[in-house]
Amino acid sequence: MINMHTLNTIHLNSGQKIAIKYFSMAVVLFVVQIVFGILAGTQFNNPEFLYQIIDFNVNRMVHINAMIIWLLYGFIGSVYWLIEDEAKTELVGKKLANFGFWVLTIAVLVVVLVFLFIQSGEGSYASIWLINEGREYIEAPRWADIGIVFVMLIFFYNIYATFIKGKWSGIAGVLVLDLAALAGVYLAGMFYSDNISMDQFWWWWVVHLWVEATWEVLVGCIMAWVLMKTINADRRIVTTWLYIEVTLMLGSGILGLGHHYFWIGTPEYWLTIGGFFSALEPIPLVAMLVHALYDSGVKNFKSTNNPALAWLIAHAFGNFFGAGVWGFFQTLPQINLYTHGTQWTASHGHLAFFGAYATINIAMFYMAIQVWRGNIHMGSSLIDNGWKWKTSLALLNIGVVGMTIAMLIAGYKQAFIERAVEGSTWSGYFKAQSDPSFLLAMDWRMTFGWIMALGLIILIWDLITIGSHSEMKNNKPKLLST
Amino acid sequence: MIKKDEIIWWASENFWKKSAIFVTGLMTLVLVLLTFDTVNKITAGSKRVPAYTVINNQIDYKYNKTRNMFEPVIGSESPLFGNMLTAEEAEGLINLGKLTIQAKNCMNCHTLLGNGAYYAPDLTKAWLDPGWGAKSVRETLMLNFLMDPENNARTFGTNRKMPNLGLTEAEAKSIIAYLKWMSSIDTNGFPTNFKTIKQ
Repeated sequence: MINMHTLNTIHLNSGQKIAIKYFSMAVVLFVVQIVFGILAGTQFNNPEFLYQIIDFNVNRMVHINAMIIWLLYGFIGSVYWLIEDEAKTELVGKKLANFGFWVLTIAVLVVVLVFLFIQSGEGSYASIWLINEGREYIEAPRWADIGIVFVMLIFFYNIYATFIKGKWSGIAGVLVLDLAALAGVYLAGMFYSDNISMDQFWWWWVVHLWVEATWEVLVGCIMAWVLMKTINADRRIVTTWLYIEVTLMLGSGILGLGHHYFWIGTPEYWLTIGGFFSALEPIPLVAMLVHALYDSGVKNFKSTNNPALAWLIAHAFGNFFGAGVWGFFQTLPQINLYTHGTQWTASHGHLAFFGAYATINIAMFYMAIQVWRGNIHMGSSLIDNGWKWKTSLALLNIGVVGMTIAMLIAGYKQAFIERAVEGSTWSGYFKAQSDPSFLLAMDWRMTFGWIMALGLIILIWDLITIGSHSEMKNNKPKLLST
Repeated sequence: MIKKDEIIWWASENFWKKSAIFVTGLMTLVLVLLTFDTVNKITAGSKRVPAYTVINNQIDYKYNKTRNMFEPVIGSESPLFGNMLTAEEAEGLINLGKLTIQAKNCMNCHTLLGNGAYYAPDLTKAWLDPGWGAKSVRETLMLNFLMDPENNARTFGTNRKMPNLGLTEAEAKSIIAYLKWMSSIDTNGFPTNFKTIKQ
């Protein structure tokens, strides 16, 4: 029986109706991230491209900010997606959640337009409040910071109140505390200091304690819930694993913050503390990998949503290799003295953000599409044999791994020539940048960047079409949200 | 399905729940305590992060055998642009420099203390870079470069030029002051083996 399943919000609960708005915006910003990544990458190799029109700093800023924001949209969407199912009750503040979405979206739009068309201002407080804060990853001007905190508070209240009204669970406890911490550490980045050591000290509280602590715990919660949904994993087992992950993650990650305090003016004891604790950071990622694979294996990788499960596996590997292995590579101060501020970091950054966070968000997009179309089966019964999701999965992963390796090679060259041989002078910097193997590696980075862009186009095509002409496995498909 | 009372204690949900709470609490407490100490040690005017008036002095960067790392060395008086500044004036200048560095989004091309983007050179010890040739012309060359980077670019064959950011002379001078002050921060030997401009 062929069914033409159209997207219909009738299949969704109120939390999920909010979630699909966040997911849709996340996909739009994912496109923005890749477009500006391509522009910045092209400029890296051809500096005349868009020179004095949209300079590298603007393209790169939009590239990394679009990434942070789309991942946040994805996370917020994911939590709204699972909240009613997990709390066994209706979302408390539906209108509030909608209001929060529009406040955030309008703010993001204004910020991006200002970044692109005004770009920078004079050296004054007004520029920092209205145009650009000029601090990597948190460039959004101060007014937008306040908006972000406001939206996060709405989000936190909604989740907390819904769990309080409904059913509390282990996942609920970890999630609520983690969201409070996630919103709380953002405040550490919301002040100005003329002292760059002080500035960077608190700046890392936001950047590190987001991506290497609270975000990891958040994806741990999402993973726990998704494993119960896709492969029917046992709640007691996923909850126990979640606690193990929190113990190991925050046990290593909180003081692992010290690996950013080696060279910014902070005391020498951070060399020891940062080196030791950040070297432990891969351990929870091993636990997460083992847990996800073991549970999936026990269930013979049978799921009702193959693309989501495949992206979850990509997440488990990507998180371990990108955040764990690639981070460990350069985390000890003895090696970081040479690799700090080189393409090594860019290599790690690309694989870690994609592997740890983009992947699980894409898995959630597939979870959402499945229900949005009326709980269709997205396994082997896809009549096109699922070539689109398989191709986009392959292209996106090949693209990011290729870029990562290319930048690692460039990073080796840069660390060796600029740092070790030339002692980090400006001429040393340019000597490394013009080394033939560095240049070749950066060309390969672009090639793989284009492969990723192609993968993204197919991913979006798939998200729009998957299941619209699928063959139903059962006449009475099991509703995933019950 | 294993029954709840058959689970060994170290594999139980309860044990790991308590561990998660204890470990998170302990690590947060240690971080907070270390933060108090660190903030104290990186306040401008401390040993590691000198007062802004350090821009009135000569600054160098040398290897310290005891510490086994490079460290800044503060020398005799050597006022920036020939003007000795009071603490208040120095702070004003540094503040304008920092605001300009943020407003012009320097960090998305350059790195400062090694953090930022990798399109342009690290600025941590830019004040001391031998590329400026000689101390006598350094300030003028830096000022000319910042005011008109397109025509004063030294791209070492890469053709990567800084765009014209429309800096005022006051802003450009404040950035130079900022770079001079930043070179005096004790960065635990980063960058290592750096060869400074002839002193």
